[in-house]
Amino acid sequence: MASPTIVAAGVGKRFLLHHKRATSLKERLLLHRQSSSEAFWALRDVDLQIGAGQTVGLIGPNGSGKSTLLKVLSGILAPTTGTVSVRGRIASLLELGAGFNGELTGRENIYLNAAILGLSRRETERYFDEIVAFAELEPFIDNQVKHYSSGQYVRLGFAVAVHVSPDILLVDEVLAVGDESFQRKCLNKIGEFQQRGCTILFVTHALDLIPRICSRGVVLDHGRVLHDGDPVEAAERLRSLLGTGADQSGGGAGPAAERPRVTAVRLFDPASGAEKGHFRGGEAMAVEFDVASPAGSAPVAVRLAVTGPADVPMWVMDSDPLHPGPDGLATVRFTVKELPQLKGIYAFAVAVRDPASNVTYDARRFSEAFLAVGDTGTGVLEVVWTTEQVENQVER
Amino acid sequence: MAQVRQAADARAAAQSRVRLELLTELIRKDLKVKYKNSALGFVWSLANPLLYLAVFTLVFSFFLQGNVPWFAVLFMSGYLIWSFFNSASLDATGAVVGNANLVRKVRFPRVVLPLASVGFAGVHLALQLLVFFLFLVPFYPDAFGPQLWLVAPALAVAVVFTVAMSLLASSLNVRYRDVQHLLEITLLAWFWLTPIVYPVTVVRDKLAGAGLLWMFKFYMANPMTSVVVAAQRAIYVHPVVTGNDGDLVQVLPAGGYGFYLQWLAVAAAISAGLLVVGLWTFRRLQADFAEEL
Ligand SMILES: Nc1ncnc2c1ncn2[C@@H]1O[C@H](COP(=O)(O)OP(=O)(O)OP(=O)(O)O)[C@@H](O)[C@H]1O
Ligand SMILES: [Mg+2]
Repeated sequence: MASPTIVAAGVGKRFLLHHKRATSLKERLLLHRQSSSEAFWALRDVDLQIGAGQTVGLIGPNGSGKSTLLKVLSGILAPTTGTVSVRGRIASLLELGAGFNGELTGRENIYLNAAILGLSRRETERYFDEIVAFAELEPFIDNQVKHYSSGQYVRLGFAVAVHVSPDILLVDEVLAVGDESFQRKCLNKIGEFQQRGCTILFVTHALDLIPRICSRGVVLDHGRVLHDGDPVEAAERLRSLLGTGADQSGGGAGPAAERPRVTAVRLFDPASGAEKGHFRGGEAMAVEFDVASPAGSAPVAVRLAVTGPADVPMWVMDSDPLHPGPDGLATVRFTVKELPQLKGIYAFAVAVRDPASNVTYDARRFSEAFLAVGDTGTGVLEVVWTTEQVENQVER
Repeated sequence: MAQVRQAADARAAAQSRVRLELLTELIRKDLKVKYKNSALGFVWSLANPLLYLAVFTLVFSFFLQGNVPWFAVLFMSGYLIWSFFNSASLDATGAVVGNANLVRKVRFPRVVLPLASVGFAGVHLALQLLVFFLFLVPFYPDAFGPQLWLVAPALAVAVVFTVAMSLLASSLNVRYRDVQHLLEITLLAWFWLTPIVYPVTVVRDKLAGAGLLWMFKFYMANPMTSVVVAAQRAIYVHPVVTGNDGDLVQVLPAGGYGFYLQWLAVAAAISAGLLVVGLWTFRRLQADFAEEL
């Protein structure tokens, strides 16, 4: 690894959530009230070394501290514990907007922003046309920025940030607002940066982007680094954390799994037992899941949510507690007597849970589980289904 | 390799150092935002001193019939610097809060925000002084004598003092939002405690008359007083003039520049001390700016 451009050592960030805090001198002087405050650690013990030229995807659930970490790295927030050292010019695009002034025109904002990012006026003049062309905002460049659409705003911010020749680019979820052509352009630009040896730290909720552009993935959860390494694994790790599951990996870790987990799924016609992926409205459908539990673990229950387009849950089925066999395996079958009138591609979101506490042990998602061909159903779905534990059929 | 690193370090430094370029760009921004859609606005704020001159000349020569000839010139000499101090520190108070958008999103030396407020007021002061001097050329040519150099140290002290106040006010206001109101009231009282609309000799004579001349030291300890009085000496020139009633009036302390320089030195020391306090406070508080906003 080349010499690191970003080194964070033991970084923690504590926010104080104040109750009844004096916000004026008057209060402070008149009321000698001891202001009570609650500490909230948004980051805990974060150690990161990012080498020159690396592209790191930073992912995690909402509120896990991603934006906070970017702010600490870019020197906007001071870390409560630990140290941050950074080498080179940082351009950051944090949460929609690079700090533009709405009253100024796009042109004026480019000059101001570039000056703030450390450029001289002459350098800015050199890049100006390129910036405007990249943002595709020629007709609007002399309009006040407050009249820009959110996409135009982000375009301008991104265009400035990438043209000030930064050594480090911190991007927080800003690409999502751009239209597809601009997103592609940004990704190309990021690729160009990678070749030039620029360090990129990239926050996104579009997990499929991570393996595509990142050489490394970092998962944050509750302010701690949960995973730091392979980007594909990082995305998987987060998916299982979020309960949006992994796409069928098929790979069965045997009965020795540490936690109960789904190892296989089968979809078939309950009458004939033949595996099947297409169903018509009114037909019967059966799904079986194999669940592997560590030896001696308590019974688990399986919850299956059938989700439609845009991941809207259509209906949910819960199994009774399953009793694993001696090998730790159990198989549960859900049978739908009559599939409602549906059309489209449906997915399964499966969770293995402790029936007593409802703690989720494993959650995965099987996208494109089946194709329903029927009249488009409308209204509330009524689905009749049954569930039972069946004898092990692992060899099938 | 080492060279590449050095260049990167230089770029990192450029982002955390106060650069003149950044400061001018911020001042330019403030000017643009303030005078957007009103080119006249700018002209107005320049014409402001001329307007004051006209009004004061009128008021003092016809209605109030004060005893000091060219009182308007005496007034303006102090007032322009005062209004620089006044508007810079008030403007700076809101500088960090008003640029929350930047502070929360971009890394840059926060201290440029109050400095830009001072610069913004400085631009106005420079142009207003220019207008004022253009007025003096035909109407009050006495001003262009050897004593005019006294303006330079007076301005220098005023700038240091204003910067110190601006640093304090801008950082404290993030945490305690009523600093703004407090400062407004303080400045109002401060204005009357500074010899701008009355000659400083009036205070001295009144105190001496009451046997309290020792208190005059405390009166002069106000850095703005030293600055204003020095500027008056530089521009109004004459400590003693023939009053409108024909008698001699003492307008300013007489006898060389000793008095003025001595008090400017005191003001400079106070300003430097306040600057240290201001910088320290700003540094301490700035780490929390992004959180508090
Ligand atoms: N200034 C602040 N004061 C108090 N709490 C804060 C502050 N800023 C952030 N937090 C808290 O810190 C936690 C982490 O926030 P952060 O914005 O870093 O999350 P995130 O990972 O970026 O989430 P998202 O995916 O929604 O963008 C949240 O619980 C948030 O409420
Ligand atoms: Mg965020």
